[in-house]
Amino acid sequence: MDWNRQVGKRQLGPIAFIAILLIAWQIGVSRQAVHVLPTPIQVVRGLAELLSRGLLVKYIVASLFRVSWGYALAAALAIPLGLAVGWNRRAGLAINPIVQVVRPISPLAWIPISILWFGVGDVSSIFLIFLATFFPLFFTSMNAVRNVPAVNVNAGRNFGLSTAGLVSKVLFPAVMPQLIIGMRIALGIAWLVVVAAEMIAVNSGLGFLIVDARNAGNRYDLVVAGMVMIGVIGLLLDIGMRSLENIRSVRWGYSED
Amino acid sequence: MTGSVAIAKVKIEHVGVTFDRDGKSTHVLNDITLEVAEGEFLCVLGPSGCGKSTLLNTVAGFLSPSVGQITIGGEVVTGPDPRRIFVFQERGVFPWLTVEGNIAFGLFRLSREERGRRIAYYTKLVGLEGFEKAYPQELSGGMKQRLEVARALAVKPDMLLLDEPFGALDSITRLTMRRELLRIWESEKKTIIFVTHDIEEAVQLADRVVVMSARPARIQQIVNIDIAHPRDISSPRYLELRDSIFEQIGIAHKI
Repeated sequence: MDWNRQVGKRQLGPIAFIAILLIAWQIGVSRQAVHVLPTPIQVVRGLAELLSRGLLVKYIVASLFRVSWGYALAAALAIPLGLAVGWNRRAGLAINPIVQVVRPISPLAWIPISILWFGVGDVSSIFLIFLATFFPLFFTSMNAVRNVPAVNVNAGRNFGLSTAGLVSKVLFPAVMPQLIIGMRIALGIAWLVVVAAEMIAVNSGLGFLIVDARNAGNRYDLVVAGMVMIGVIGLLLDIGMRSLENIRSVRWGYSED
Repeated sequence: MTGSVAIAKVKIEHVGVTFDRDGKSTHVLNDITLEVAEGEFLCVLGPSGCGKSTLLNTVAGFLSPSVGQITIGGEVVTGPDPRRIFVFQERGVFPWLTVEGNIAFGLFRLSREERGRRIAYYTKLVGLEGFEKAYPQELSGGMKQRLEVARALAVKPDMLLLDEPFGALDSITRLTMRRELLRIWESEKKTIIFVTHDIEEAVQLADRVVVMSARPARIQQIVNIDIAHPRDISSPRYLELRDSIFEQIGIAHKI
């Protein structure tokens, strides 16, 4: 009972705040003679229109499709590579300078090259998402391995594990908590980049919706509707990733102690 | 002073270890020669940072000696081996595995039935029944240390190498753990090398105490503790042996 009441109280604040903001937005905008923003009601109508035309679901699926591919490819490459480089000091020293130079280049700077290589379409935006998430995942994995206590590795060797056994039974579980955090941050970045990637390269998706709604008749209600959907889906993705941190075999990695 | 060694289980012969770091070389161990008997409880005692852990690490095979060699049961030590399990100072248990999972860690070659039997037996031996599904995070320091001992014993090693295993525990738990370790040593008949900087601990536990000098460590003295277990820690003989080691290390035993 007590617990329920507490949760209720904790949610009351944010809900009230959002309600106040929406009302202020509605009142503020409707008093203006010039068109600065659509009102919240117009945005909701816009969302309903998109839904009824079947575009909302289609665009969300398209965006998620690109993110999934770019992110999955980056994870499949960056995580094993990062783990290997973190494990092998010499490989780390060799690879580090190149990685440090490539890393600060914004993925958006790659747009012309990705169009040159892959043309205008899905592959280009998947490539941009891949680039954007590769480095965070790579660095997380590399650092996670370096932070594995020598005690754990020595214990693994002491019990007679082969190298493969050491990787799967000690290294991998030991890096998991840090890896999950890195994957969560990387997914957030992927979602940021998909919008930018879709603005130039494709004809579907939430990023496309925003540019297209502006170009095709200044439909700012749809622009804001697209922004709201991006925010909501980004939040849901993050909640999904965060739930991984509750798995019992990784929870030790997040304790204060 | 040196006790005659019945059957030498471990032979440490003229072992020296030098670390090279940033062009500077540090001499950590200097010409250590020592034999440990089968079934013996040997304590290595010395000031912090003297290199006693380094010695234990070379016996375990985590480090190779720069000079000299170590043989165990006639074989030269070239790397870690499940027949001699190292019990670490702290946080040696795997935090991602339950109590059960930790004890089963070294048992991957056994059948499921045998594994189950060993888990049950060693959980009970160290008094962790009822905590099989608990994660180390949920255990106290003393329980974690007992879990690590159980994990080590479960693979039935000939030897246990303990590196200040009770250093991080409070003094009451530490006393209990010493008693537990002696009980386990007597029932399981392992050869034990126990590294500590605690003089009392060494005299309470060991058959022989090897007193090390400051770095580069060499053996300063070997003291036979000729008192039967359980030891009365207020007996004249106990105090005499303890005080002789205090003097040897050069600390006045008055506060």
